Amino acid sequence: MASYTAPLRDMRYVLFDLMEGDGLASLPGFEDFTRDLIDPVLDEAAKICEQVLHPINRSGDEEGCAFENGVVRTPKGFREAYTLFREGGWTSISCDPAHGGQGWPKSVGILIEEMICSANLSFGMYPGLSHGAYVALHAHGSDELKDTYLPKLVDGTWSGTMCLTEPHCGTDLGLLRTKAIPEGDGSYKITGTKIFISAGEHDLTENIIHLVLARLPDAPKGVKGISLFLVPKYRLKEDGTPGASNGVSCGSIEHKMGIKASSTCVMNFDDSIGWLVGEPNKGMRAMFAMMNTERLSVGVQGLGLAEASYQGAVTYARERLQGRALTGVKHPDKPADPIIVHPDVRRMLLTHRAYVEGSRALAAWVGRAIDHEEHHPDPAVRAEAEEFVALMTPVVKALLTDLGFEATNLGMQVFGGHGFIREHGMEQYVRDCRIAQIYEGTNGIQALDLVGRKLPAHAGRNLRRFFHPVSAFIEAKVEDEQLGEFVQPLAKAFVRLQQATAQVARAGMANPDEAGAAATDYLRLLGLTALGYLWAKMAEISLAKLNDDPDGFHRAKVATARFYVERVLPQTNALFAMVMAGGKSMMDFDEAAF
Amino acid sequence: MKVLVAVKRVVDYNVKVRVKSDKSGVETANIKFSMNPFDEIAVEEAVRLKEAGTATEIVAVSVGPQAATETLRTALAMGADRGILVQTEAEIQPLAVAKILKCLAEKEQPGLVLLGKQAIDDDSNQTGQMLAALLGRPQGTFASKLAVADGSVAVTREVDGGLETVALELPAVVTADLRLNEPRYASLPNIMKAKKKPIETVTPEALGVDVAPRLITLSVEEPAKRQAGIKVADVATLVEKLKSEAKVI
Repeated sequence: MASYTAPLRDMRYVLFDLMEGDGLASLPGFEDFTRDLIDPVLDEAAKICEQVLHPINRSGDEEGCAFENGVVRTPKGFREAYTLFREGGWTSISCDPAHGGQGWPKSVGILIEEMICSANLSFGMYPGLSHGAYVALHAHGSDELKDTYLPKLVDGTWSGTMCLTEPHCGTDLGLLRTKAIPEGDGSYKITGTKIFISAGEHDLTENIIHLVLARLPDAPKGVKGISLFLVPKYRLKEDGTPGASNGVSCGSIEHKMGIKASSTCVMNFDDSIGWLVGEPNKGMRAMFAMMNTERLSVGVQGLGLAEASYQGAVTYARERLQGRALTGVKHPDKPADPIIVHPDVRRMLLTHRAYVEGSRALAAWVGRAIDHEEHHPDPAVRAEAEEFVALMTPVVKALLTDLGFEATNLGMQVFGGHGFIREHGMEQYVRDCRIAQIYEGTNGIQALDLVGRKLPAHAGRNLRRFFHPVSAFIEAKVEDEQLGEFVQPLAKAFVRLQQATAQVARAGMANPDEAGAAATDYLRLLGLTALGYLWAKMAEISLAKLNDDPDGFHRAKVATARFYVERVLPQTNALFAMVMAGGKSMMDFDEAAF
Repeated sequence: MKVLVAVKRVVDYNVKVRVKSDKSGVETANIKFSMNPFDEIAVEEAVRLKEAGTATEIVAVSVGPQAATETLRTALAMGADRGILVQTEAEIQPLAVAKILKCLAEKEQPGLVLLGKQAIDDDSNQTGQMLAALLGRPQGTFASKLAVADGSVAVTREVDGGLETVALELPAVVTADLRLNEPRYASLPNIMKAKKKPIETVTPEALGVDVAPRLITLSVEEPAKRQAGIKVADVATLVEKLKSEAKVI
């Protein structure tokens, strides 16, 4: 059976060495978050993920959710695990202390999210969606709505959902039809059908708070006529406890490729009473508050699954005895050599490892920027951090889920036929990861967001928040004797990225199809260059610690950095060529010939 | 009633322990440490006694380096009220711990001293027994159940033949076995609160305790590698081999 051990050593490295986590406590509001508090919290989160959530991951996948007469039953053990998770206060970790939250920094929260995703992504969906609803409500709800609903969302007594998609509209929300009729008393009657609603119905909490996009009677057409409403499953009684049913029902649940223990529901709203969140017709804005957080979280899902898969692959590669090393017998005492002796197996494991550790560093970098965006005393620093986060949000979402899927596939490949069968849990990681490339905006949409919105915004200022630190680092270190082998390839990739950026801006300005054609390859080019930068920085940090490295951690870090710049970063060559080739070969292709 | 709980910082049970190249001990650099699992059970029992209204205050004690503060914080996060770190970098053997605990017990006057039955690093299984003897108080070791009544505690012990229940007059010393309870996960708010709970630091010298080791470690070796087994033809051969080779029957 698959096992999972939280990679606390690497997490602490990323947090305290790479991101100088000790500096967190100097931010106003974060005074308590010193290392002596962060360490035990990471330890305890790891314990719960390893001992409570992971053991019900595969059983949850096998059993799935059950649907009967409108009621959804989560798999065996999920209720108990959720109760423990909730009572432990883990639903409230990143929430506002004013509403009962623990106010933890994002750069720590993101590591705990990763552990949850590694241990049991399906389980993580339930508190994850609640958190999305929390974010939207916290940012845009009236004080009355916040006081009524936030404390119970924060402490996990109730859960939340985000109801966007309808049968005929997913990416293009402008088409949505769900209606909201004002009742004259400040409330609205909501009617319509939503699909693909994660955690829409389940048996973990006593009430479910839906955030629903709908149209007012006089709303303009398209996305400018969409408003956001809060619609509880049960209306609240005078005392604030759940009372009568609110016309919200689950029509069915989907049968999916992965995350089978997460209920994906068709939700019907039939004259359900709801309340406006934010301003009329400004629902998309309110929704984006949540969507940006969720996009980062989805990126972290790819990372979490990749980590879990890596652990399985390494263990198997050491234990599986099969054939002999190409250069002669390595373990004469055994009937065959473990497959880890083979170059191709090492190629898979190191690619996997370089993706995972690089992705973790990128997630932490963005997490740290969010902490600055929200807590730094200097408004200029806050603004710069916000621009960086805006730029990197689609990159984290798409790159980490694409790499996550490639990595989980490699993990399965290491197992050979034993990866394809269900017993070892490796194919589950692949299946669970697949949705992360699709939901919260497909990765194609993320690429368009990057190229169409984030690059041109503020005359390219967002991009500078990324380009400046990279070029400053290259300039300072390119001549460094020890670091040169890492920085020189990075410098080359960076030049390619700069040229590609100019090309996308130029060609895209003249013809939007050119930007669209380049988008996906451009996003990956930018993402792999960002990872190259982080790998070079990690090489620098670990090279300086090689003298005090009893467990070989830093030696392995430097070696993985070397693998990354030699064997992964060259992908940027091909990506550069593809971006520069333009989109003519696609767009000229006769549609009838497809 | 006040409860004193002793907690030890040990190499985490998940870590594959490696012997140092000079055979002076085991590798401890960059290794995960955590609370001795049996001590965790002792802390949990103390917290349950407090939740039941039997105990009024829980004092956690650890003897060891500054880093043992982390272990005390774990106990505080689980529900202990305050901590005492007896700080020392020296090698501390069970007798020294027992003497230190005796000294603290005399100062704190707890109704009950709870310890793990043994620590998973040296597996000595001596501290609780020595402490009871030094204090001249009754002991209930290998406890799998504990019921405090007026002035006494009934301790169900796991012994070779099954279970034995002893009634001890309080104050008493009790050591926890595996089945006494299942320790809780510390909640996030309690971990945060633990940071603000008081930890007093003292030294063995200040307590007037001589901690000099009475035993000398000559050399630490890896256990012998397990030899591969063999298949025997039939039951008769097996019995024969058990008699003549293994000499166990």
